[in-house]
Amino acid sequence: MKPGRMLYQVLSSLFKKTATLDYPHDKSQKIKGFRGRLKAYPQRCIGCKMCMRDCPSQAIIIKEVGSKQFEAQIDLSKCIYCGQCADVCPKMALEITDEFELAQFDPEKLKIVFHVELKKNT
Amino acid sequence: MHNSDEFRIPIGPQHPALKEPESFSIALKGEKILGVDIRLGYNHRGIEKACEERTYIQDMYLLERICGICSHSHSTCFVQAVEELASVQVPKRALYIRTLIAEFERIHSHFLWLGVAGHEIGFDTLLMYTWRDREIIMDILATLTGNRVNYGINTIGGVRRDITDDHKRQILEAMEKLEERINYYIQIATQETTIIKRLSGVGMLTYEEALKLDAVGPTARASGVARDVRKDDPYAAYGEIVFNVITDSHCDVYGRTVVRLKELLESLSIIRQLVNNIPEGPISVRVPRKIPAGEALSRYEAPRGEDVHYVRSNGTEKPDRVKVRAPTLANIQAVKQMLKDRQLADMPIVVAAIDPCFSCTDRMVAMKSEKGASVIKWQELRNYSIEWYKKHGVDFTELNKKLA
Amino acid sequence: MIYLFYILVFPGILFLSVFALAAEFIDRKLYAKLQNRIGPPWFQPLADMIKLLGKEDIVPTDANARMFKLMPLVAFTSTVTAFFYIPIWGERSIYYFNGDLVVVLYLLTIPTLTFFIGGWYSTSLFARLGSVRTLTQLFAYEVPLFMGILSSALIANSWSLSEIAVFYAHRPWFWVSNIIGFAVSLIALVGKLEKAPFDIPEAETEIVAGSFTEYSGRHLAFFRLSIDIEMIVGASLLAAVFLPFGLEFSAPIAFIFYIIKVLFIVALIAVFRTIFARLRIDQMVHFCWKYLVPLSLLQLLINLILKDILT
Repeated sequence: MKPGRMLYQVLSSLFKKTATLDYPHDKSQKIKGFRGRLKAYPQRCIGCKMCMRDCPSQAIIIKEVGSKQFEAQIDLSKCIYCGQCADVCPKMALEITDEFELAQFDPEKLKIVFHVELKKNT
Repeated sequence: MHNSDEFRIPIGPQHPALKEPESFSIALKGEKILGVDIRLGYNHRGIEKACEERTYIQDMYLLERICGICSHSHSTCFVQAVEELASVQVPKRALYIRTLIAEFERIHSHFLWLGVAGHEIGFDTLLMYTWRDREIIMDILATLTGNRVNYGINTIGGVRRDITDDHKRQILEAMEKLEERINYYIQIATQETTIIKRLSGVGMLTYEEALKLDAVGPTARASGVARDVRKDDPYAAYGEIVFNVITDSHCDVYGRTVVRLKELLESLSIIRQLVNNIPEGPISVRVPRKIPAGEALSRYEAPRGEDVHYVRSNGTEKPDRVKVRAPTLANIQAVKQMLKDRQLADMPIVVAAIDPCFSCTDRMVAMKSEKGASVIKWQELRNYSIEWYKKHGVDFTELNKKLA
Repeated sequence: MIYLFYILVFPGILFLSVFALAAEFIDRKLYAKLQNRIGPPWFQPLADMIKLLGKEDIVPTDANARMFKLMPLVAFTSTVTAFFYIPIWGERSIYYFNGDLVVVLYLLTIPTLTFFIGGWYSTSLFARLGSVRTLTQLFAYEVPLFMGILSSALIANSWSLSEIAVFYAHRPWFWVSNIIGFAVSLIALVGKLEKAPFDIPEAETEIVAGSFTEYSGRHLAFFRLSIDIEMIVGASLLAAVFLPFGLEFSAPIAFIFYIIKVLFIVALIAVFRTIFARLRIDQMVHFCWKYLVPLSLLQLLINLILKDILT
């Protein structure tokens, strides 16, 4: 038993770079493949609602607004960033980006809304 | 205070020692603990019931969120049960990746525990350093899975992300760094006087008591019970890996610390074996959305102990019943035993020593109505609560009229 | 007029408050750096203070309101008063008389008693446990602290802080004989200031905030300020008795020496805080009576023998 066993390590920290960052000014490196904000490609969407069916938090709502016309709404405040929707999408219309700084004062800004209109022959 | 020198002190549901709400009502005589009354239920989220309303895919993500620390444990445990029901042969490579993430999770959980234990005994420096080094693992987990906490790596029939040679190199490099740090913390925990003073002899749980109270995980292993699902009932890739079950004979909090620290070294060796021997092949197989009817029980060694999931399916997209037994529920009874005749100052560290996760543990109490039915209707329960409050001097009738 | 200046500005309330907040900042920043963190910005202690002053004051219904509100002020005044008897910019303090050392030691005990009374009268269970622990701890560290400091006064043959300072300033190497006393008093001072490893009375994870659990707003602000000032006064006391360097120079240089000495002691306390886990109350009492008291007795013996040789 030795009292003050951490003394050496602790004192040497005085001369080391701190492990914490001064966040808004100093940001850590982005991690490749990190699951952040969803990105939608409306022109690829076919309105199959696979994403809506699998979303664990019901963050995606796709409504049929006319014949072969859809309105999709993704609520990022409900999203749990699991990426299941992007995995299940048959047309790769959804993509996960590594953007993670999503805080907003206005909840409306956390919603991604887009319209899909399918061509007659597809 | 009823008696001049005996009184009850409430630790929880809101208290700085507890990271989650749970109530420990402690009878004290001076500083000495006479008895402890544990009340669960402040954190009940109804996850088991919610599972019945969701598809298997959705449940996987929901169950992952039972616990923020052992998230992979719960999701893997559930997925294993579903795969058994669907009689799917999961590819070897997927099993290896699952095991890999499981061991990373064990490392980060044990590091986290060491920091929390340090904080509970007033040694915040240990907390700061262990959590700094835990970031090495968190970064690897984020790189491999895309998330820091709820990894979402599992899917029914395999895993969702593959690991590349680049990842392998990164992992092995990080393991070198971690090994040095782990050896350092082993030195600190076994040599620093104030830590040993606070840990040894505290929270005794003998071998017999551990068996009787059904302790699991490091809590049991520190009392000499060699109980480890990875060895007893190998799942995923553990059957092909060589490792030791760490036990200790101290039976106290110090023993639990030693067990966890030594397990870290074992985990490192497991990870090295996994990375070096990972077979080539696909990472998942397709599983139909509808799972055939049946029931399955799955066991998993979470960082805190044995985790059990029971799934019953009825041939649809949604499970009929999901039942979770998290490790803390098995260990919480032992806390009462451990706290007997200790001082109040030992209470935080003794509770922390089982690495409790109260939100995993919280249960609902089924009540029997006076007519003998085992299920109470919502209206009856509501009337009961109104009556109860009326007895205690709160009347809701006016309010109810307004609302109606 | 000059007395008012002494009391309110320098070296009184204003100087002490600024210095105390600066010392708190250094303590916290150093603590953070030792833990490999960035730590708070320079104005953090002041910002905390202003925030607390602006918060609502809550007095528990069952508490004895008068005692509850009075105690922070008593703690504050007693620590500030103690400071006037400690030499800071020369060999003499503003006020001195033979026996002021004992007065300072007793004035420094008053804050501890106010923690006890304030905690006891706030009627919360946590506060009561904390206040009982405060008193238990008092009986453990007070004896070694007194013996450590008084044994150095033994050689100087005076119980006046100023005269002790004069004595040691003119005999440069005499302070070496008091090194054990310094170590003992420093550890006892950590106990007095309730900092880790002896932060048992306010152990966060056990009894929330001990005596201060029910305090909020202005009253908590005053308690916190008086704890900071207590740290300064305690460090100044140790500096005056055990580190008698630089007092022979002119006032500004002696003052700079004084600041350095105090900050050195504050830094030592911060290092202690970093490298130890909190002890239990029984272990603390055990430690004080088993190790600190015999050591301070040894110091007393050494000084008695030395005094015999010298005279």
